[in-house]
Amino acid sequence: MRSNQLTESGQLRHFLTIEGLKRPLLTEIMDRAEQFSSISHRQVKKVPLLRGKTIMNLFFENSTRTRSTFELAAKRLSADVMNFNISTSATSKGESLLDTLHNLEAMHTDMFVVRHDQSGAAEFIAQHVAPHVSVINAGDGCHAHPTQAMLDMFTIRRHKQEFANLRVAIIGDILHSRVARSQIQALSILGVGEIRVIGPQTLLPRDCQTLGVHVHHDMASGLRDVDVIITLRLQFERMQGALLPSAREYFRCYGLTEEKLKYAKPDAIVMHPGPINRGVEIASSVADGKQSVILEQVGHGIAIRMAVMSMALGSQSELAESE
Amino acid sequence: MKICIRNGRVIDPASQLDIDQNVYIANGIIVAIADDLDDFTADLDIDAHNKIVCPGLVDLSARLREPGQEHTATIDSETRAAAAGGITTLAVPPDTDPVIDNPTVVELIEDRAKKAGRTMVLTIGALTQKLNGELLAEMAALKAVGCVGISNGIAEIKNTVIWRRALEYAATLDLTVFINPADPWLQKQGCVHEGNVSARLGLAGIPESAETIAVSRHLILIEQTGVRAHFHNISTGKAVKMIREAQDRGLPVTADVSAHHLHLCEHDLGNYDSFSHVMPPLRSVRDREQLKQGVRDGTIQAVASHHQPLDADAKLGPFAQTQPGISALETLLPLTLKLVEDEEITLQQALASLTCQPAAILGIDAGQLTTGGNADICIIDADVQYDCRPDNFISAGKNSPLAGWLFQHQVSHTLFHGKLVYQR
Repeated sequence: MRSNQLTESGQLRHFLTIEGLKRPLLTEIMDRAEQFSSISHRQVKKVPLLRGKTIMNLFFENSTRTRSTFELAAKRLSADVMNFNISTSATSKGESLLDTLHNLEAMHTDMFVVRHDQSGAAEFIAQHVAPHVSVINAGDGCHAHPTQAMLDMFTIRRHKQEFANLRVAIIGDILHSRVARSQIQALSILGVGEIRVIGPQTLLPRDCQTLGVHVHHDMASGLRDVDVIITLRLQFERMQGALLPSAREYFRCYGLTEEKLKYAKPDAIVMHPGPINRGVEIASSVADGKQSVILEQVGHGIAIRMAVMSMALGSQSELAESE
Repeated sequence: MKICIRNGRVIDPASQLDIDQNVYIANGIIVAIADDLDDFTADLDIDAHNKIVCPGLVDLSARLREPGQEHTATIDSETRAAAAGGITTLAVPPDTDPVIDNPTVVELIEDRAKKAGRTMVLTIGALTQKLNGELLAEMAALKAVGCVGISNGIAEIKNTVIWRRALEYAATLDLTVFINPADPWLQKQGCVHEGNVSARLGLAGIPESAETIAVSRHLILIEQTGVRAHFHNISTGKAVKMIREAQDRGLPVTADVSAHHLHLCEHDLGNYDSFSHVMPPLRSVRDREQLKQGVRDGTIQAVASHHQPLDADAKLGPFAQTQPGISALETLLPLTLKLVEDEEITLQQALASLTCQPAAILGIDAGQLTTGGNADICIIDADVQYDCRPDNFISAGKNSPLAGWLFQHQVSHTLFHGKLVYQR
């Protein structure tokens, strides 16, 4: 029962993970996002592409930004959107995930945007939805966050044009980061020259190098001559379970300061998937500095999500026509 | 009732017998293994031409879910499955509900098993009361009603003092202690093997040290207390090595492995396949090869089912939220004999690890074909080709990751105490 996120002709049906996708598809997503990004600057910020479609945001885990950018993306495509924060309603009453899903499906939904705290949840849902429903993964546990990775790639492309010669460093809690996993896969597929991860052993997955990255434990060697720096949000619960001694010590070793930023190339860009913990993973002067592209990322998130939603629902009409 | 099993290839690993002969059975007892027997008129003739006739299988660990979870499976349903798997003796771990920590529960299980009458069901008693890891269970009382050993199952005992006392007390009573080695803290963190698959799928990993730390702690206590101990369900190559060294030192330790850990590894998780969710987790290819080596060189004496039937809902959900466990009674024999097809071990070794060797660990008189002994016999079709179809399992649990596997060995008949309890 393996779900396939692509249709037979290679179009997106679901968007669950970057793993296994081909470079032309990732490029297509970014090209389409490029077209959509101009809409945001128009007087009337709407196109009728998904008029009459129903999209449900199923958030089993709290999120403000990701949910609102998905919502905005759907609205700009003229779809009808509903938001469900499920952690507080049905499943806590003992209703199973599948029951919740099938109930919402019965309302003639065309697409579920799903965030869940369990790795593999989006995959599981995609395996069980009706054939005409698309599933977009808005983050599943520690596994994948493919739209975040794509908006990061989009941001990199805008600044650096080509991927081939880039050195990219990802700093922080790789072990628990769905963002990092998806970024690493996207960077590999797009043919980036070198991907590094920087962090203490407690925050790196075992056999991390099998993901295709170079492992560094200190910022001086890890940041040397890189073109792109991605800092990850440090979850405060990581102090539990003895993964780290304190936020202060983390900042001392892995916090991105102006001083450490000098190891990188002078034109390196600084990224962060947000929300930022100032003074923990990044110093305010860097987050707000001229090399930072953090706020741009947020804007790109809408365009990328519009691209992915329109592509997935576009492939559905392809399905319907072939029937 | 007189039965004659004709023209089979009779293999008895305990006596190294491998001969084409007839097996004559009367009143539940094997009366002869011979070419011919005067004055024997069989009520039932079983043609075993081109088939293997061997002792009924002895399974060191199978959960039948009764008492406590009869909605999932029952002694009746699972002994039916055991018979279909060629198993004529099995041991149940103490983690039923109520726990096997008093004679009443032992009697209840034995009664139900006797009523079913398809396989010998033995009980392993609890090491601590209610398996709470704090107070010792009444082991002498449990031994008196027939418990073949003592165990804390998969429930943890965190306190090393309790472990030490429990082992000392069991040693006093000459009871074998069955241990599922897992460091409670390292084990509880995760749901899959910590390695490149957990890194890729973003699932929390269980490092091999969860097992090796527990094995090493237990080996030290075993040496100190002199207790006879058995390790259940070993999953790592390093643990095999540690147990081998302990055996070489002369410690009274034995070990078993599940048939599925000899064939599957972390990569079988594929795209979060919840049927591959099992504890201990499926480990690396390297571990799997070292487990096979352990069976080959005799460090691991037994292959067990570690049968855990689950209902369909238990496997429906995001991976980490599904229940671990594999329904394995009906695949124990074909999976273990697949190692023979793959030329990993000999047929004698494979059958020994399923019959006389586990029987010796339990200290019971079973797993052999002897004149005058119980006619617990399994007849195997050795050259068939069939797909494993968990949906057709007789067990109430259809939870197996082996759907679509091609098997060559199939149980055709099972006799328990001279009674035909299964015929395909």
